Amino acid sequence: MHSILLIVFLPLLAAVVAGLGNKALGVVPAKVITTGALFASCLLSWPIFLGFLAGTNTASVVPVLTWIVSGDMAVDWSLRVDQLTAIMLVVITSVSALVHLYSWGYMSEDPDQPRFFAYLSLFTFAMLMLVTADTLVQMFFGWEGVGLASYLLIGFWFRKPSANAAAIKAFVVNRVGDLGFMLGIFGTFLVFGTVSIPAILAAAPGMAGSTIGFLGYRVDTMTLLCLLLFVGAMGKSAQLGLHTWLPDAMEGPTPVSALIHAATMVTAGVFMVCRLSPMFETSPAALHVVMFVGAATCLFAATVGMVQTDIKRVIAYSTCSQLGYMFFAAGVGAYGAAMFHLFTHAFFKALLFLGAGSVIHAMHHEQDMRYYGGLRKSIPLTFWGMMMGTLAITGVGLPAVFGNPLGIGFAGFHSKDAIIEAGWAAGEPGVWFVGVLVALITSFYSWRLMFLTFWGTPRWAASEHIQHALHDAHGHGHDDHAHGHDAHHADEAHGNPAQAEDSGDHPSTHGASQHDLPAGTGGYHPHESPWPMLVPLILLSIGAIAAGFVFHGYFIEPDAGETFWKGDIAFREHLMHAMHGVPVPIKLSATIAMLLGLGTAWYAYIKAPSFPAAVADQFRILYRFLVHKYYFDELYHLIFVRPAFAIGRFLWHRGDEKTIDRFGPNGSAWVVQLSSRVAGRLQNGYVYTYAFVMLIGLTAVVTWAIAQ
Amino acid sequence: MSGLPILSIMLLIPAVAAIACLFVPAATARAIALAATLVDFVLGVLLWANYDIGGAQWQFVEHGPAFGFFRWDLGIDGFALMLVMLSVFLMPICIGASWRAIEKRVPEYMAAFLLTETLMIGTFAAQDLFLFYLFFEAGLIPMYLIIGIWGGANRIYASYKFFLYTLLGSLLMLVAMLYMTQVAGTSSIPALQAFDFPGHVQTWLWLAFFASFAVKMPMWPVHTWLPDAHVQAPTAGSVILAGVLLKLGGYGFLRFSLPMFPEASGELTWLIFGLSAVAVIYTSLVALVQSDMKKLIAYSSVAHMAIVTIGLFAFNRQGIEGAMIMMLSHGLVSGALFLCVGVIYDRLHTREISRYGGLAINMPRYALFFLFFTMASIGLPGTSGFVAEFLALMGTYQVSTWIALLCTTSIILGAAYMLYLYRRVVFGEIKSEDVREMQDLSHRELWLLAPIAAVALWMGVYPESFMAPMRKDVGVLLARIDRATPPSDSKPTAGKPIPAAHAAAHGTAH
Repeated sequence: MHSILLIVFLPLLAAVVAGLGNKALGVVPAKVITTGALFASCLLSWPIFLGFLAGTNTASVVPVLTWIVSGDMAVDWSLRVDQLTAIMLVVITSVSALVHLYSWGYMSEDPDQPRFFAYLSLFTFAMLMLVTADTLVQMFFGWEGVGLASYLLIGFWFRKPSANAAAIKAFVVNRVGDLGFMLGIFGTFLVFGTVSIPAILAAAPGMAGSTIGFLGYRVDTMTLLCLLLFVGAMGKSAQLGLHTWLPDAMEGPTPVSALIHAATMVTAGVFMVCRLSPMFETSPAALHVVMFVGAATCLFAATVGMVQTDIKRVIAYSTCSQLGYMFFAAGVGAYGAAMFHLFTHAFFKALLFLGAGSVIHAMHHEQDMRYYGGLRKSIPLTFWGMMMGTLAITGVGLPAVFGNPLGIGFAGFHSKDAIIEAGWAAGEPGVWFVGVLVALITSFYSWRLMFLTFWGTPRWAASEHIQHALHDAHGHGHDDHAHGHDAHHADEAHGNPAQAEDSGDHPSTHGASQHDLPAGTGGYHPHESPWPMLVPLILLSIGAIAAGFVFHGYFIEPDAGETFWKGDIAFREHLMHAMHGVPVPIKLSATIAMLLGLGTAWYAYIKAPSFPAAVADQFRILYRFLVHKYYFDELYHLIFVRPAFAIGRFLWHRGDEKTIDRFGPNGSAWVVQLSSRVAGRLQNGYVYTYAFVMLIGLTAVVTWAIAQ
Repeated sequence: MSGLPILSIMLLIPAVAAIACLFVPAATARAIALAATLVDFVLGVLLWANYDIGGAQWQFVEHGPAFGFFRWDLGIDGFALMLVMLSVFLMPICIGASWRAIEKRVPEYMAAFLLTETLMIGTFAAQDLFLFYLFFEAGLIPMYLIIGIWGGANRIYASYKFFLYTLLGSLLMLVAMLYMTQVAGTSSIPALQAFDFPGHVQTWLWLAFFASFAVKMPMWPVHTWLPDAHVQAPTAGSVILAGVLLKLGGYGFLRFSLPMFPEASGELTWLIFGLSAVAVIYTSLVALVQSDMKKLIAYSSVAHMAIVTIGLFAFNRQGIEGAMIMMLSHGLVSGALFLCVGVIYDRLHTREISRYGGLAINMPRYALFFLFFTMASIGLPGTSGFVAEFLALMGTYQVSTWIALLCTTSIILGAAYMLYLYRRVVFGEIKSEDVREMQDLSHRELWLLAPIAAVALWMGVYPESFMAPMRKDVGVLLARIDRATPPSDSKPTAGKPIPAAHAAAHGTAH
């Protein structure tokens, strides 16, 4: 039996056992089963990945079961293992296993742990089905499966109205993307007569330049198909326009944010574009769209991330922005670089999220960075973990210039700089500039997060959550378990909207928060998180430090890359060559941008802490625009949500009740007259017999029955 | 099995049991009804097991005596087999769902249900046009009684509306049938399916059948009887209404309109497509604003049935197979959703969504089942709903991209109204003390929901079991209607492939 079967189905089995067993099974068995299954999957995945790196493995497809057979539309359940899948396998199983472990600590107070772990494992199964798909339809299965798991996990604390709203939003917005994905599959089937990915990719070049009808227009076939599929990718990967669900998804428990909304699920869109890269290669127009959407998202999310105060939302926007980088890489044809950034990003972003979770845990569920400060000494291991993550995301490293033979640095240094260089090498100076600018902003918001959280003086006393913790401690002794999560949920539910209002209406208070709020610890002592939470931080730190340096050869170096990918993605070897040949200033640009961002953050949050407030006051309109996330949510509410309900009510009352019923059945006399006229005109005896026997018989029976 | 008139036996058992029920006390009536429906279910399984997939088109054929103008001719093909299976599978569940909920005039109630079963199986198995008509129309009588007698407060209005709507269509269909038998000289359905009516006559006949089937589906704008009927019907009545009666329209299109009037079907596809696309969007939006659970699910049924009609009239294999799976899937899933409503209705005696909330806290097992059926309803892959929706829409796309786009919005709108419903009922805090006291699913309720969930999952993961018996029949139908296929709006032209060497060098060119 191929190990991929175990890798994929162990998590499913664990999810079913833990989910159906639920409380009858008990918390510890549920955790042991799910976490055990994930570690087993993880241990089985690495040899596959290493085998592909060593060149000893070849692509294979393991059939499982027939699924849908409808004429040419034949789909099997099957598991494809190749280079691209192998990368995703290690990313998914490693991060998922660590997140399972982490949740032992993070969720230890929650009464619903079996359900939580079952969802996590279910998610992992769906994600694995997505990446092992050999057909577009199975990919869609995984695609929607992760959507379901995401919905369930965002809404895990289902008593909280904000979590429920966020869960529905995530599902519905993703479905908008899935509409595109589905139409893309339909179109692909129409054109190629198959939904098998290898068959489509083989046939795609032959269809370049063909045209097809769509909504009454004649359009380029491959451009249409690629763009429809890309709409799906935009939904899942939270690209501009369909991104609104991702920040709200932070309502879910933090381990979920790390696993689903940073490392794995949201990268599915990037994976899809890379998987279908030979198809996208046939349509320069579609690739341009991918590139522009990626670059626009990259910039948009980074600018919003600069002004967020909720630690998880900063990282969420950061994720959105980094996903933009990946699409932008794919759009310029550097699929290897896109996958490389996906790979490294999984480690350092999961690390940042889990680190943030550890901070939140230490701060008694306070998520607002305005109430942090000076945490470096209290939670040193968390601090160092997040430090590694920050060094990785901002791309700290020594570029390969001025005689330095090879660049060396943290994970993001290798992958993000490769993308920026690819932008230049592909002859897109505009997007290159966006890439550099975003590198600066990334560095700024990442360091801002670090400085606000770990440096400066403590500002904890003003936090309601901390106050709660202190009062509770006085009231009932150190009985943490008595107030599980439920107490906090209510707080958060009230806290978040209020916070958003505040930040919008009083930018000055907001920016200057660290000064206006009473400083001090209030007597609160943050505790370092337990080992189950720290071990994943340490392991992911290793990834954040080394993943770039160790693996960059395979992903993006021209020769090694060509050997590794073996045509699995459209690897443009000469583009990779060109990347290495970019001029020195270009090579240095990302590093310089990173340093500028660091410097600005240091000035604004350490050297002159009144500076942000002054800037916010100065550019009040711009500031509000950013705080309100470009007013996307408000706009969508206005043009989609409210009209949908209004039209629904209108159609119901005016359409069904006032029109159809009024002229239909309620105008019954009219109906009876008409029907007897119709019957009267026909000279066939049967009509009378039939209609009237039935009518009279029915009436008699009913009258008898009702009257009794 | 040859020689044994299994279809007649399946018709007879519930009919005899129905009569028996009328002469016994309530408890015995329940037992008889359950036993009879279970026996019919077992016979159904035998029927399926002995059905020769890929064999003769019509199997288990029986030629009985003639009664006046109709003949007792029975026989099934793959479509009929699957719909008969759906009926016999849901029927014991309906009896189980009424076990406690119905206390008034139980013997008559059980008799009405058993009679419905006979008539439904008869409708699907009839091979004579008038025998079909008899079963088809008589099927309304017990349903009319179930709503009118055991229904809610406004039951008279609902049953009256239900009756009025269906009557008009039926009359037109009967006229058409009489004309057809005169012209063709036969009332045998298989023979009529091979008879070519002249073009203009086809159009009129098609419209007459359409009047009946459109109401039964129901299609927009003749759908307004359905929400009222569902709201007033007792739980089991809703299950059978959604599960089996709504399939009569789709079955009619498949059995009569398409094979008997292929040219007219091809020409009038625009009508079906237009009404269906309106229905999908219109009823989904209306479902979004409902405050009554049953109304919400009833409106969602109209949207799902619209997917059936576009699939059928896509004139290709994916469309028709998708439509058939949608009929089966919807029968299971919306039936189960009505059962889910019934479960909480039995406890709190209200269908007002706003009265509920937080059921996940005290009814976790219920929350799980409700979630599963919600997901199946919105077509999550892995459930039956996906296979259905996906194939039907894929078939549609090959004919009209516009209609495919409009109807695919149902995946967004469906998710919106179903998740919004689920959130209000199951999530959040417990609303009130009486909600807090609600008990989780009893064993009886578990046994009603679990089999449906299992089959919906089976149909989602391995639909082959359900599609294989119908495959040949779809082929027969397609061979018949192929000549009338409406033109596609999306024909791709041949590509101008880039030579391989150039493609490789193409790299950074753009």
